[in-house]
Amino acid sequence: MNAVLPQRFADWFASRGWAPRDHQIALVEKARAGRSVLLIAPTGAGKTLAGFLPSLIDLAEAGTVRRRLSERTSPLHTLYVSPLKALAVDVARNLEAPVAEIGLDIRIETRTGDTPSSRRSRQRYDPPHILMTTPEQVALMISHREAPALFAGLKRVVLDELHALVTSKRGELLALGLARLRTIAPQMSAVGLSATVADPPGLAEYLVAQDGTRPRRADLVIAEGGAAPDISILETAERVPWAGHSARYALQDVYEEIKAHQTTLVFVNTRSQAELVFQELWRLNEDGLEIALHHGSLDVGQRRKVEAAMVAGRLRAVVCTSTLDLGIDWGDVDLVVNIGAPKGASRLAQRIGRANHRLDTPSKAILVPANRFEVVECHAALTAAAEGAQDTQTPRRGGLDVLAQHVLGTACAGPFDADAFHTEVISAAPYRELSRGDFDKVVEFVATGGYALRAYERYARLKQMADGRFRLAHPRLAQQYRLNVGTIVEAPMLKVRLVRARGENRGRSGPIGRGGRLLGEIEEWFVEQMTAGDTFLFGGEILRFELIRETEVYVSRAHDEAPKIPSFQGGKFPLSTYLADRVRAILSEPEAWVALPGQVREWLAIQRRASLLPGRRSLLVETFPRADKHYLVCYPFEGRLAHQTLGMLLTRRLERARARPLGFVANEYALSIWSLGDLSAMIRLGRLDLDALFAEDMLGDDLEAWLLESNLMKRSFRNCAIIAGLIERRHPGKEKTGRQLSVSSDLIYDVLRGHEPDHILLSATYDDAAAGLLDIARLGEMLSRIDGRIVHNALDQVSPLAVPVMLEIGIVPIRGEAEDVMLRDAADDLIREAMRNGEPAAPRR
Amino acid sequence: MASRPLPADNHHTAIFIAGEPVVFDPAGALWWPRAAVLVVADLHLEKGSSLAGRGHLLPPYDSAATLAALSALIDRYRPARVVALGDSFHDCGGPERLSEPDRDCLNRLSGRCDWIWIAGNHDPEIGDYVGGSQIAELALSPFVFRHAPEPGEAPGEVAGHLHPAAKLAGRGRNLRRRCFATDGARVIMPAFGAYTGGLNVLDPAFDGLFGRDFHVWMIGADAVHPVARARLRPD
Repeated sequence: MNAVLPQRFADWFASRGWAPRDHQIALVEKARAGRSVLLIAPTGAGKTLAGFLPSLIDLAEAGTVRRRLSERTSPLHTLYVSPLKALAVDVARNLEAPVAEIGLDIRIETRTGDTPSSRRSRQRYDPPHILMTTPEQVALMISHREAPALFAGLKRVVLDELHALVTSKRGELLALGLARLRTIAPQMSAVGLSATVADPPGLAEYLVAQDGTRPRRADLVIAEGGAAPDISILETAERVPWAGHSARYALQDVYEEIKAHQTTLVFVNTRSQAELVFQELWRLNEDGLEIALHHGSLDVGQRRKVEAAMVAGRLRAVVCTSTLDLGIDWGDVDLVVNIGAPKGASRLAQRIGRANHRLDTPSKAILVPANRFEVVECHAALTAAAEGAQDTQTPRRGGLDVLAQHVLGTACAGPFDADAFHTEVISAAPYRELSRGDFDKVVEFVATGGYALRAYERYARLKQMADGRFRLAHPRLAQQYRLNVGTIVEAPMLKVRLVRARGENRGRSGPIGRGGRLLGEIEEWFVEQMTAGDTFLFGGEILRFELIRETEVYVSRAHDEAPKIPSFQGGKFPLSTYLADRVRAILSEPEAWVALPGQVREWLAIQRRASLLPGRRSLLVETFPRADKHYLVCYPFEGRLAHQTLGMLLTRRLERARARPLGFVANEYALSIWSLGDLSAMIRLGRLDLDALFAEDMLGDDLEAWLLESNLMKRSFRNCAIIAGLIERRHPGKEKTGRQLSVSSDLIYDVLRGHEPDHILLSATYDDAAAGLLDIARLGEMLSRIDGRIVHNALDQVSPLAVPVMLEIGIVPIRGEAEDVMLRDAADDLIREAMRNGEPAAPRR
Repeated sequence: MASRPLPADNHHTAIFIAGEPVVFDPAGALWWPRAAVLVVADLHLEKGSSLAGRGHLLPPYDSAATLAALSALIDRYRPARVVALGDSFHDCGGPERLSEPDRDCLNRLSGRCDWIWIAGNHDPEIGDYVGGSQIAELALSPFVFRHAPEPGEAPGEVAGHLHPAAKLAGRGRNLRRRCFATDGARVIMPAFGAYTGGLNVLDPAFDGLFGRDFHVWMIGADAVHPVARARLRPD
C-alpha cells in the first residue's frame, strides 16, 4: 500500500477499513528525517493519530524494553501537552485502542493536577513511554533535579491545540519549558497540532529554537479541509431586540431546531448566558428532551456526567461555554447553534467543527444574534466563513513575570550559568527579542527583588557560587515554588452548597447546618453583591443566597419565576479587528443590506435618514441632548475593552475642555459619553475640537495619568506579582492563616509605585494591562485610522444606531468616583437614623 | 448614639469617646486636641524585611512610606505627645533592621515631642535603636492606651492590635476599608502601617468588645464616614 508505514501498521489501517491520510504519512516521513512540524488540520481529520503515529512506529521498531531511570536511560519517548486536563485524559484513552489492536507493548500514562502525588513522584523515576500532560506539569517536572535524567532520551514533544495555547501566558511558560527540554534532549523534535490559523508560519516559529537571526520555522503540513460548512443565520418571525445578550426572543426557534436534529451543541459566550438559555429552553421543553448544561463553574462530577451522557448519545442538546471549544470528541453532533455573535471568524470555524466529526459531510451550524448589531456581525462572519478567512490572535510576546517564574523553577532543578541560560531563553520564540539587560533584571528580581535600594542581599533567594553560577539559596524555596507554579490566576472562587432554606423546616428559623450537596463554584465578586434572600441563576436552577461561610456559599432552592440578581456581562472575547472591518463595510454600503432581515434593514434605513451611516474608514460622532444631559456617541467597532479605555481618556479631556462629563458606557460597537455641558453647542462655537479630542496623543500623558489612578493596574499587578512569585497564591482552606501573613497586592503596588516606579514588575504590569484589559494597540490603530476622518453630526435626539448603547446605561454599575459616594450614602443613612432618634444621647455610663 | 457626627464635609470629624472630644483623621490616626496627643496603632515597621527573611521579597519601602505618612501628620497637628499603640515594629529585630535614612527620620520625629512606644505582641522589646520611651500601657484620664483590647467592656480604652476593617455592599459592588471601631465608650484603631491588612469587624475576634452602639468610621479618600453595624457585611 505504501512503504512509509511498517506492515503491522498498514495491516491495522486495513483491518479498520481505513486508508492513512496524506498528512498522517507526511508526519511519519518528517519524523524519520528528524524534523519538527506544525500540522494544521480541521477537526475530524485524524490530527491526534497523525501526531502519535511516528512515536508508535518508532517505539515499535526500537522494541520497547522497560528500564528504570536507575539504569541510566529513561524510556520516556514522547511528551504530549494539552491545554486541558480532560483532553489529555481523553487522548490517552483514544490512543490505547490502536496500541492494543496493533499489539504494541507501549506504556501510556497521564499526569495532571488530578493525578495522585504518589503516582506523580513515581513517574519521575519510572516514567512511561508516552506521557500525556499539561503545561503546568511540564514546568513542575523540569524544576526537579531528576529532570535531565528523566528527559535525556526524549524524542518527541506533541503540543495539542497549539493555536489556543500560544495566545496565553501558559503558552509563554511552555515555550520556556520547551527551550529547556531542547537543551536537555537536543535530539528531540516538536510537533504542533493546530486548528486553522491566520498566520501558520508565525505559529511554526514556536516549535523550534530561534537563534536571533531571521525567524526559524518548523515544517508546515496542512491537511485537506473537509466539506464547506453549512452555516445560516436563524430565521425568525420574532422581533430582534435592540440590545442585550440573552437571545430569549429566539429560543422557541432554537428549541424547534433541537427537536429537528439528533444532537445539538448550543454554544454561548458566558456562564450567565449559559444559565439563562438553559433555563429558558427547559421552560419550553414540553417534549421532555434531554437537554444538559456544561460550563466551567459546575462541579467536576456534574460535568463528567454530562460528558459521558454526551458520548453515549443520550443527550439531545448541551448548552455550553468555551469549555467545550477544544478538541474533545463528543460523538455525533449534527447541529451547532451559536448564540450571540461569534466575535471572530476563526472562533466560529472551530465551534462549527464540533458538529459532524467526519470530513466528508458538511457541518451544520445556525447563528443566533442576540441583538441588531449582532445580526450585522453574524452576516459579516458568514461571509468570512465562506471565504475561509482567519483572524486568530497572534502569539504573545513573552512576559517578564512568566520569565521570573521560569528562572526560579530552573534554579530549583540545579545551578545555572547566566550566559548559557540567556541563550536558551531567547531560543524560545516569545522571548527572542528579550535583551540581556532585561534578562539580568529578571534574574536580579528573582534573587533579591531587584530593588534599587539593595536591602535584601542577605535574604537572596538565588546565590552566586564561586564559579559564577546561580544556585537556589534554600531547598524550602523549591517547595514554595511548586505550590505556586503556573500562570493561571483565577478570580477567587467560592464553593456553592445546597442547604435547606432558613425557616423552611416547620416554619422555625434556625441556624443553617453545615454540609449540603456541592453544586459547583462561583466567582467571589458575584456573590459579594448579594444579601441573604437574593435569588440568582446557577446550574440551571434559581437559587436563594443564604450566607457565606469561609470559602463556601450556602444556597437554598428558590421558587421564584425569575432571579432577582441578573448578571450582565458581555462576552469575554472582543470583536476581532477583521470582523469589525467587515461590519463597518456592511453598514456603509446599503447595497449590502439585501441579505439582512427586514427589521434590521429598516433600522439602518432610518439611521441613514435621521443621521448618517458610519463609514468604513471614518468615525461617526453624534451629539444630542436628552433629558437634562448632553450625549456624545461614537461608533469605532473596536470591542468593549478598547472602547472603555477610549471612554476613560475622552472623559478626562472633556473635563479639561470644561464640558463637565458625568460618565460613559461602552459596548462592543459604540461608546456613549454624557455631560452637563452642551457638546453640540461647544463644537459649533469652536470651543471643542473633535479632531483634537480624538488625537492619538491621548495615548501619551493622559493614559499615563489615568493609569496611575486606575484600579485596572492593581488587578494586573496582582496577576503579575503572583506569577512572578512575589506574593503567594491563595490556596483554599489555608486562607485564614494566610491573611495574617500576606500583604495585599494593592498595598504593595502603592508602595512600589511610590518609591520605585521603574521597577521591572511595574513594566510587566503595564505591558499586561496595555495588551489585555486596555487593548491599547487596537485603540492606537483606530485613532490613527480615523485621524482627519471624523464625521460629526449634531442631532436633536438620539439616533437609531445609538439606542443599543444608550440602553446599556441603566444596567452597568457605576465605577470610579462612586466609591466615596457610597460611603457618604451610608453615612447619610446613619445621620438620618440618628435624627429620627432625636438628639444624640449622652455617653453611656 | 454615643458619638455625634458633625457635618461630613468637615475634613476632620469631632467624635466623643468616653465623653471626651477626639478627631478621627482619615490617615488612620486619632487626635486628642485637649491634651495635644496624636495616637497611631500598628505601624508594623520593617514588615517587608521581616517577610523577606521567609523568601517574600516585597518592596523594601514600607517603613519609609509609613514614616512619611506619620511625619505629615506630625507636621499638621504639632502634637505634644505621640503614642504608638504597639506592634510598631513587625518583630523585635525591626529597630535594628531600619535603614539609616529611616532611622534618622524616626529619631527626628521622636525628638520633636514626647514619644511613647506601647509594647505590642510583635514588639514586646524594641531595644535602644530608636528614641522615645517604652511602656506596657498608658493611662491619661479619661483614656487608657494599650495594645490589645481587654475582653469585655473597657470604657476609655484606646487600643489597636485587631486591625479593624469594614465592608459595605451596594451599587453592585463592594467596598472594604480600614476603620475605627467604637461604641462611644472605647475605640479600636485601624492599623497605620503601609503593609498592614485589615480584619473584618464582624469577625468573632471583636465579639463582646462593644456595647449596643457599636459602629464604625470607615476611611474614605479624604474623610472618615460613620456606618451603622447593621449595614456592614462579613468577608
